[in-house]
Amino acid sequence: MNFPTRAHYRSQKSEIRGQPARANRQFHFFCPLPSVLCPLIFVFCFLTSGCFRHEPAADLVIINGAEPESLDPAIVTGVPEMRITKALFDGLTKLDARTARPVPALADRWEISPDRRVYTFHLRINAVWSTGEPITTADVVWSWLRALDPATASDYAGQLFYIQGAEDYYNRKIKDPAQVGIHALDAHSMRVELNQPLAFFLDLCACPVLAVVPRQAIEKYGDRWLTSHPLPTSGAFQLGAWRINDKVRLIRNPRYWDTAQTASEIIDVLPVGSPNTALNLYETGVADIVWDKDLVPAELLDVLVKRPDFHGFDYLGTYFFRFNVTRPPFNDPRVRRAFALATDRSRLIKKLVTSGEKPAFHFVPDGVANYNPPDGLSFDSEQGRKLLAEAGFPDGRGFPRQQYAFPAAAGGAAKMQGKIAVELQQMWRDALGVDIELRQIERKIFYGAQSRLDYDISGSSWIGDYNDANTFLDLFTSASGNNRTGWKNARYDDLIHQANMQTDLKQRAKLFRQAENILVAEEMPIVPLYFFEGFNYFDPKKIQGIHQNILDEHPLQYIRRVSPKSEIRNPKQAHNPKSEANNTSEAFRISSFGIPSGFGFPTLTHALP
Amino acid sequence: MHFLKRLAMLVPLLLVISTLAFALVRVAPGGPFDRERQPASPEIERAMKAKYHLDEPAWRQYLRFLGDLAHGDLGPSLKYRNHTVNDIIAQALPVSMTLGALAFCFALGVGIPVGFIAAARRGKWQDHAGNLFAVLTVCIPGLVVAPLLILLFALHWRLLPVALWCSPAHAILPTVALGLFFSGKIARLMREGMLNTMQAEFITAARAKGLGENSVLLKHAFRLAVLPVVSYSGPMLADLLTGSFVIENIFQIPGLGMFFVNSTLNRDYTMTVGLTLLYAALLILLNLLVDLAYVLLDPRVKYE
Repeated sequence: MNFPTRAHYRSQKSEIRGQPARANRQFHFFCPLPSVLCPLIFVFCFLTSGCFRHEPAADLVIINGAEPESLDPAIVTGVPEMRITKALFDGLTKLDARTARPVPALADRWEISPDRRVYTFHLRINAVWSTGEPITTADVVWSWLRALDPATASDYAGQLFYIQGAEDYYNRKIKDPAQVGIHALDAHSMRVELNQPLAFFLDLCACPVLAVVPRQAIEKYGDRWLTSHPLPTSGAFQLGAWRINDKVRLIRNPRYWDTAQTASEIIDVLPVGSPNTALNLYETGVADIVWDKDLVPAELLDVLVKRPDFHGFDYLGTYFFRFNVTRPPFNDPRVRRAFALATDRSRLIKKLVTSGEKPAFHFVPDGVANYNPPDGLSFDSEQGRKLLAEAGFPDGRGFPRQQYAFPAAAGGAAKMQGKIAVELQQMWRDALGVDIELRQIERKIFYGAQSRLDYDISGSSWIGDYNDANTFLDLFTSASGNNRTGWKNARYDDLIHQANMQTDLKQRAKLFRQAENILVAEEMPIVPLYFFEGFNYFDPKKIQGIHQNILDEHPLQYIRRVSPKSEIRNPKQAHNPKSEANNTSEAFRISSFGIPSGFGFPTLTHALP
Repeated sequence: MHFLKRLAMLVPLLLVISTLAFALVRVAPGGPFDRERQPASPEIERAMKAKYHLDEPAWRQYLRFLGDLAHGDLGPSLKYRNHTVNDIIAQALPVSMTLGALAFCFALGVGIPVGFIAAARRGKWQDHAGNLFAVLTVCIPGLVVAPLLILLFALHWRLLPVALWCSPAHAILPTVALGLFFSGKIARLMREGMLNTMQAEFITAARAKGLGENSVLLKHAFRLAVLPVVSYSGPMLADLLTGSFVIENIFQIPGLGMFFVNSTLNRDYTMTVGLTLLYAALLILLNLLVDLAYVLLDPRVKYE
């Protein structure tokens, strides 16, 4: 190596004086850069970085998934965000902690007109903001109109489009808010007029986008209203702190109408991105609850599901793949049905999805309220081959080059998509003799390509927004932005429309069933693969108030710790036979060195007392 | 004068960088609002784009961006819609800087002595041990080191917390995990520097004067031998201060590193551009400091 001459390379004006003996001029032993800069940076950083922050300990620490994109009920779209906003802002109804069916919240009662198009809500007299002002129907009307204001840019504004005039108001065809079917009758009664007799409107009232938000703060602070102080909330908790990627601290709202039921004074909600970090925090007793399927390390899933503190439940979501029906060969329903018949869901699940998922032959998951789905097409590769031959590709001969597209995912359960693609490729090669190429695409590009119908077959999933078949079946109507298959079927659209005009729930279910039959047995623009299984982990001896339900709905208000927070769990306990229940004979000790997702080598010690 | 001129160059340079970043994020396919679920009507999507002026022609967006930038406003984040990019930097940068400064001190504190001793005892066991240390730390990425450290210190011996950022004890493992790689690099640079310097004539002259070996090494050789380390410190410090994606993800540290990577994946245009600007500004400033340090350290370098 030459003498470092970087500085005079840079500057023609530098001058070299070849006087090495000048070196005994007094100098600092340590180079000045760190010795001058570092202390300064340190002092500044330590003061501002929160490394020494003293806060009271929380009663409950929950790992909730990634950093919330927003806590504004009108803007949130993800489950982790919604969990927090529901604790902060109540709607007219909320979902029951056990059944996830709507129960009274800010409205304590309501009347529904015989044609089920007009709802009259009565607000609680004792409902007040956390800052003390009463919550009136004016607040509700303002909150709903705010969600319908394009300037709010709410993703879920569409959930209000069932209200008369709402869509026209959003599109600025109606200027006068009085023409929208939301009317305050007095301070505590309001009337809502719907376009159609909606079986799930009370469910919708519990959705964050219809929650009641503080006009005072929003008008004053704009998009940054959530960081204003004091922030009036209408829910069971107040926002104590929201530090990005650090924590959301919720503090009990003593003025909440149902505050007697609130089990915790302080709840810390931690955003954690890495599944192994989440597991490590849980195992060392820092976190009490982890509830996000993507926060279960995929490599450990099959072992973890056997533990008594891991809880699986049927979840309102379906994994499926879409066909692009706008171009050959998938414009032919026979080809689509051939692929569906050749897809062996049981094999897929047995081999890959080991955490209790159920094979899906229809699109709407089992257990959806007031609905009984059709059977769909079961596995029959013989029939599949026959159909493909009918369509002009006997034994797959002459089948054009087609690709199966799926989004790239970093880790957790989402990584499964690639494995599923490989398995499907193999199945279709075996059963139909066709070779489908796989194409992994970066997430954002993938969704863009799907919307533009720039794919042949694409892996997809759908999570229901509310407990009703409509949240699934509405997807494949011609006008739906989430259709993304190019499939348009007038009979299907008509059946969905008719079903939603029904006031008789039985008749409605029947019409939905007919529609779904077109989707999963006749036309098959999509092929369902399996229904999601949700996951959370917590020790039921210490944490109570979490009830598993199809919507993964666990209101923070009711979750309680029954024993005082333990110190770091003692790993030796696990090996002490006395401390371990006999039926949990396996002392799980896992060292994972398979780190394709990269993060963490958790050593799990099964340490439940 | 020279330094003032270079400081003045900072502004046009940052302008060029921001223009490039502004253009590049928009050239990338996919947009901030491309998601698995589209809004119920195209009107809603239009309204969302309109709110953030993404429906305007690119030149209008650029002028708007420059106007805001002149006021020091990097705009609202398109992913974290309740925060502005300024808010996020203000919250996350101090954390990343604390961790980065700690790791920097760790890297220098370990790397310089190791390299120095290895060179001073060239060919002896200290040299081999030093080389082994340097090779190992440079070759094994943080992705592996951090989980190993957690496995041993946090899960097995239960000495330190596994993750989070709430007390000085929480900073120890991430500091080591982040600093180890750089300490190896510095050890190698330091050793090379020492070996080169010791062949120089002025060292022979110093020895000829009858100075003791310690004095020769510490007072005469060290000062020139540390120059490669100083050169490297600038970019290294910029790298460290702006956070590390891997380390912050593993230890769940609320720093900037995660935003660097995720903002591009999320097509969070404003955030990507803002962070690129921040990184560029830090890099330029720290390189300037490195050159200042040269003047202090190397008597042969002088700027007019």
